Amino acid sequence: MNGSSTIVKVVSLAIILPALTFGLYIIAHGHLTPGGGFQGGAIIASAFALFLVAFDKQASKTLRKNLLSALECLALLGFIGLSFFGLGKSFFFNFLANSGLIFGQAVPFGPNPGFINTAGVIPLMNFLVGLEVSCALTIIVLTMLKAGGDKK
Amino acid sequence: MILHIIALAAIIATAVLAIEFKDLLISTAMLAAMSLVLSLEFYLLQAPDVAITEAAVGACLSTAIFIIAIKKTARYENEAC
Repeated sequence: MNGSSTIVKVVSLAIILPALTFGLYIIAHGHLTPGGGFQGGAIIASAFALFLVAFDKQASKTLRKNLLSALECLALLGFIGLSFFGLGKSFFFNFLANSGLIFGQAVPFGPNPGFINTAGVIPLMNFLVGLEVSCALTIIVLTMLKAGGDKK
Repeated sequence: MILHIIALAAIIATAVLAIEFKDLLISTAMLAAMSLVLSLEFYLLQAPDVAITEAAVGACLSTAIFIIAIKKTARYENEAC
């Protein structure tokens, strides 16, 4: 079976970019709204899975398993390293919160719409978890795609 | 309450349809629909986190894996064997 039909290809191309954007939104707003690293990563991975299902041959050339595996390991190392950085107080200490650095704004008192530049180390860890989860789930689909040879 | 009953009935109906169809592609689509209604039910039970995860993993990723498996095998379920 060589490739999907034109309808599948066009519709998947129309959906992939909004799905990626939505996944990034879910990850970036993980400390304010429902969702977070795992959920956004799963949405990004489902966009990649759509790409893999629609563009069989080209996609498995574009997305390499070694690159995805390396990214996954880097994200996990970054997660552990970031938690070791807070070791002055304790493991996983939130050393960036209220420090004025990146994501370091203090949260104002009272009800507020939610500010994205807060919560210290949590958004960074959300990004790393999102990268890890999206790469891992894409590797699963890619392995499934390559399994069993190319008969049919 | 009404919405809960509708969602649960739709979950059961799509699950039964997924078993009954002999075309595996439509069966997979029914499983995806079941996951979608299940995520709606999670949202109604005020677990939006779980709803997002269910919609992404259940309705999209597992469907993609099923479709790849169907691509590599035959599409119709055979009664004879």
